[in-house]
Amino acid sequence: MEDAIVLTYEVSPDDFTRAGEASSDVKSKLKQMGVSPEAVRKVAIAMYEGEINMVIHAKGGEITVSITPEQITMVLADVGPGIPDVELAMKAGYSTAPDEIRSLGFGAGMGLPNMKKYTDEMNIDTTVGVGTTITMVVKL
Amino acid sequence: MTVEDVRATLGARVLVGEEHLDREVRSACGSDMMSDVLAFSKDHSVLLTGLVNPQVVRTAEMLDIVCIIFIRGKKADEKLLEMARERGLVVLETGHRMFTACGMLYAAGLRGGAV
Repeated sequence: MEDAIVLTYEVSPDDFTRAGEASSDVKSKLKQMGVSPEAVRKVAIAMYEGEINMVIHAKGGEITVSITPEQITMVLADVGPGIPDVELAMKAGYSTAPDEIRSLGFGAGMGLPNMKKYTDEMNIDTTVGVGTTITMVVKL
Repeated sequence: MTVEDVRATLGARVLVGEEHLDREVRSACGSDMMSDVLAFSKDHSVLLTGLVNPQVVRTAEMLDIVCIIFIRGKKADEKLLEMARERGLVVLETGHRMFTACGMLYAAGLRGGAV
């Protein structure tokens, strides 16, 4: 994939007000590149949910977005606590987020299901105590 | 329906985006949980919420929501309003509670997104 455009972002931990800045930047860049509004919307929502998760559950991390004429690939890597039961975490409504996060409007247990819903492919690679890497693909 | 129709129906006050009141509104979503909004909201929506923090503006941005309505007289701070201004959003404020505000808009013909 020589012609891939690659964007990299550091997601800073413990700053909930800034969560979403990376997704916001990707959204405006994709728009400028002339990517279809439907694809931009899918990428923006999926990445935003992932970015919020990285702030809530992990201590931040790194997001890499690769854009080719065929697809947009998002890789969200953190060195957080890992997900003990992925199947359970994928269930709509299941959440381990603290009340404090719920009072901020997140932690409804919709994050991972939303990410799956808005992407064409999603893979979760997680090890408890080591971290989680989520790869999502939106086809163009 | 336009944003101005929504504003008039609720008797709401415009905090940001006076110049965008002629924009089209096709559906509405009412929730204090942003993940639910992200799951169900559609294009050209208005968002009714009692949650006041920067993530409401970001959620609106990701979904191309045209207008945020703060219900129950919730007060947004200047930083939030500035974020909304930068993104070309309309922000309204009403003293009505969620159920009442949604009911008024529904009675005026506005509908939620498809299930």
